[in-house]
Amino acid sequence: MKNSRTHSVADLLLLLLFWLYVSVPLAWGIWSTLQKALTLFN
Amino acid sequence: MSGFFSRQRAVAKPNYNRWMVPPAALAVHLCIGQAYAFSVFNSPLTRIIGITESAPDDWKLTSLGWIFSLAIVFLGLSAAFGGKWLEKVGPRLTMFVAACCFGGGFLVAALGVYLHQIWIVYLGYGVIGGVGLGLGYVSPVSTLIKWFPNRRGMATGMAIMGFGGGAMIGAPLSILLMEHFQSASSVGVMETFIIMGCVYFLSMLIGSFTIRTPPENWQPKGWKPPIVQNDMISQHHVHIDQVLKTPQFYLLWLVLCLNVTAGIGVLGQASVMIQEIFKGTISAAAAAGFVGLLSLFNMGGRFFWSSASDFIGRKNTYFIFFVFGIALYSSVPTIGASGNMGLFILLYALILSMYGGVFSTIPAYLADIFGTKYVGGIHGRLLTAWATAGVLGPVLINYIREFQIEQGVAKADAYSVTMYIMAGLLSLGFICNALIRPVHEKHHIKQEDLDEIDGIFPRSDANESEQTLTGKK
Repeated sequence: MKNSRTHSVADLLLLLLFWLYVSVPLAWGIWSTLQKALTLFN
Repeated sequence: MSGFFSRQRAVAKPNYNRWMVPPAALAVHLCIGQAYAFSVFNSPLTRIIGITESAPDDWKLTSLGWIFSLAIVFLGLSAAFGGKWLEKVGPRLTMFVAACCFGGGFLVAALGVYLHQIWIVYLGYGVIGGVGLGLGYVSPVSTLIKWFPNRRGMATGMAIMGFGGGAMIGAPLSILLMEHFQSASSVGVMETFIIMGCVYFLSMLIGSFTIRTPPENWQPKGWKPPIVQNDMISQHHVHIDQVLKTPQFYLLWLVLCLNVTAGIGVLGQASVMIQEIFKGTISAAAAAGFVGLLSLFNMGGRFFWSSASDFIGRKNTYFIFFVFGIALYSSVPTIGASGNMGLFILLYALILSMYGGVFSTIPAYLADIFGTKYVGGIHGRLLTAWATAGVLGPVLINYIREFQIEQGVAKADAYSVTMYIMAGLLSLGFICNALIRPVHEKHHIKQEDLDEIDGIFPRSDANESEQTLTGKK
């Protein structure tokens, strides 16, 4: 049971890291684009 | 094929979490989406020799335009011809080959820049990179649909949203790298190509190594296919070759082609259009911001509309694209003439959100009509409509615009006819969508033949999968 729970936490951590791996660059790209887009309203 | 890249090795183990699949798909799509940001290299590529300004022997913009065009053509060709291969070998090997082609294409292009041979750049980014684009684009689609049978639209929307987002990462990253590497003797393009090729190769490799296919007949825990059957969601499968004999394939091809032709047409001229319609109000920098805003809506629309299609149905979603599209395209000239810039921007943003939605919803539409078994390959073949629209859209727009200006129409008014013609194209698309009916049962694969056709999913593989995989999420 303990092993199973540890495994499950490790899996969730891996899942979180994997999502961060793709979402951080995407968020940076969106932020860069948004900054550029804001010049339209200045 | 045996070994690490075999289909069996990519089948998920019991504890595998299906939410690992979308980031694996995104790891590929965020890379290949860079293609839409290739234009940031255009200006530096015209100054390879002259560095600060173009020298007589430097490449011209007209020559450089072919790099992107070739990439899109080879995207369509590789998706069309590689689709069947994808269904045979599975997503892992396809993603790996896509990574080699896309990353390797950058390296070959870097050699072309170093030797100042444009044909090597065409071969590298255009041909080899284009093949990587096509294979990478279609590779995770059928896997995602099989992992999320209850949310097909949302699943494919996440991946295809990544393709839209890839340009947002690629553009600033390219600029940062070129600024870092530029010197008195280099514009920094070659070095940037090398770094980006390596980074994209590694990122796509991670996607390839982490993607897993579900076991045969896998279903999410607690989910059962709906008892009340929807005629527009087939429970049968149509073989990838048989699909070409159905009218539904060609109707969907036209639906995609007409929608994308109209979308590409307005997207390509968005910057010039807003500057000419609101002359004196909009600077070049603000117009670039407008294009950036549109790309955000393009990306957001990919996720929003495909997710919404899970609830309102694929056919209805396309009806919305066409009906609203016709209304919005037809309104652009009037709104432009009224001088209401806020409304003009809103119209354009909605148009672009639906343009993105067209791309992201089509795989789920295909899965509904033709079944999930060969949807990746069928999607690849349908993408020839995109390649066609990629050529047709800009040509149509530019031709109509030039013709109008030659006839003495003011530049700011030259868009009106164009927008009405685009609305006409959408009307044709509406009719095509209305004509789509469930596939006749004579095209369905018989259950006993399902696992044997083409040696895809041979019985031995299926049995092995059933024995080793019982996990459900």
